[in-house]
Amino acid sequence: MSAPHATTHAPHPDLQHHFDNLEQQFESSALGMWLFLVTEILFFGGLFAAYLVYRMQYPVAFREASGQLDVILGGINTAILIGSSLTMAMAVYAGQMGRRTSQMVYLSGTILLGVAFLGIKAVEYSHKFHDHLVPGPHFQFTGADPGHVQLFFSLYFVMTGLHAVHMVIGVGVLLVLLWMAYRGRFTRSYHTPIEVSGLYWHFVDIVWIFLFPLLYLIDRHGPGT
Amino acid sequence: MQAASHLVSPRIYVTIFLALMVLTGITVGVAFLDLGPFNTVVALVIACTKMLLVVLYFMHVRYSSRLTWAVVGGGFFWLALLLLLTLSDYLTRGPGWLTFG
Repeated sequence: MSAPHATTHAPHPDLQHHFDNLEQQFESSALGMWLFLVTEILFFGGLFAAYLVYRMQYPVAFREASGQLDVILGGINTAILIGSSLTMAMAVYAGQMGRRTSQMVYLSGTILLGVAFLGIKAVEYSHKFHDHLVPGPHFQFTGADPGHVQLFFSLYFVMTGLHAVHMVIGVGVLLVLLWMAYRGRFTRSYHTPIEVSGLYWHFVDIVWIFLFPLLYLIDRHGPGT
Repeated sequence: MQAASHLVSPRIYVTIFLALMVLTGITVGVAFLDLGPFNTVVALVIACTKMLLVVLYFMHVRYSSRLTWAVVGGGFFWLALLLLLTLSDYLTRGPGWLTFG
């Protein structure tokens, strides 16, 4: 059954032939991204499950290890990512309104905040390297239970590292979007790539929303913190 | 015309952003108080609240179709299965596994 309107006027140039209308096409794209995000929930979920089990098993080591992380840098990074979700949402809005300049401004803002986040992560990682807290042959911890403190740091580097890889990919996608916006690709009728990339970006923000308290804030009220 | 991408006003976005920042501040502040086991509970409740705000408003799920709700809900349901079934193994291993150190 083909839509009757096809005989009365030309279909929208962005409407692909296998969809009835742009709304259905957009819903389809958004659903596709959501399905991918569900796989991502399980991907990170496995790491959170490992964290859960080992934190329950070695609470002292995890408390001590968490205390080694820089709450200020972690807190700033959290604020940066939340801000980047705001700029991303505004970029989507600009896409919906077909405003090219706004799209470019907000996409650029999101990119800058994403890069700032990665820069701070790099600084944190270099601190850990200098403090001999990177798991491996040079790991050294003079407090209690160094073996399980090293376990915490394995989880820390893998979880934040995987998150950082997702950020890098996200920044790459945003750069492509920025180029497309510059070329005037996004209009009131068609701005699906921005919306769908927004879903991905917000998801990566949500992962950090959980990583921050679970890694950095296990116990900041003990003596000496 | 696309229509379906529900126009959420920038004012709502800014409000949600401010709420997220306040909740982050609370999370950090509470971490410095000694609430015993409730530290973890509070931290997780706040994190879940922040996640809900992002999912519902920034990701437009509040304005999305039931099919989208089903997929999003399904994802979290599956995560719950992963975590709960894993715990059901470890928590039934008898005394000696948890040190409560």
